[in-house]
Amino acid sequence: MADVNRGNRPLSPHLTVYRPQLTSMTSILTRITGNALLVGALLVVWWLLAAATSPEAFARADGFITSWFGDLIMALSVLGLWYHLLAGVRHLVWDQGYLLEVEQAEKFGIACIIGSVVLTILTLIIV
Amino acid sequence: MAFLTDRKRAAGLGSAKAGTEHHWSMTKSSVGLLILTPLFLLVIGPMLGRPHAEVVEYFSRPFPAIVTGLMLVVGFLHFKGGVQTLIEDYVHGFARKVLIVAMICLSYAAMATGLYAVVKLAL
Repeated sequence: MADVNRGNRPLSPHLTVYRPQLTSMTSILTRITGNALLVGALLVVWWLLAAATSPEAFARADGFITSWFGDLIMALSVLGLWYHLLAGVRHLVWDQGYLLEVEQAEKFGIACIIGSVVLTILTLIIV
Repeated sequence: MAFLTDRKRAAGLGSAKAGTEHHWSMTKSSVGLLILTPLFLLVIGPMLGRPHAEVVEYFSRPFPAIVTGLMLVVGFLHFKGGVQTLIEDYVHGFARKVLIVAMICLSYAAMATGLYAVVKLAL
């Protein structure tokens, strides 16, 4: 415990030594989308609270969420939500020990990207 | 110091023994969200931009209120676990603890605020 050996330790290669690959990009995108969803989630909470408070408060929150900027955040959130959901399914499958080969993981990654775009378009059409 | 063996240096620095539980809690909430997310989008989507009276009436029905309430609870619990992992990976030392506590507070505060709103709209 006393001796913390700094500077002289063997270190495993870190992110910067790898060129970007589909597997690493789809992985980091899962993290980015998951955490970025906080923005959309807080906007929805604000919208709900405003609806429960008064018509004036609701008009403010609803006005923002349906403005072009609000629409942009909501559309990106839906895209992020579907991507994160599909990537989460990929993790659940991996956890069971399936599709762990690089080629399979890359195919599944492409499926996540395409699937999230398709589902987002469907969502924006239907709701 | 040089007399410490590598074995001795590593002893006692093991895991906190809580990682398995954390991973399992994320697994459970993710499966829940797999069901809730499509339902929630179908519930909340059509209501954005609608008149206030219609929104109030809508959330007084059981299905929209229950789905929204569940989404708030499970969603923010899942976020709390996920953002903690993010912080643990990139932030170190005291700032890590402060950020984790802050994000836990934010998660529960947002959850409670949303639930208050849904309950008030539903009842």
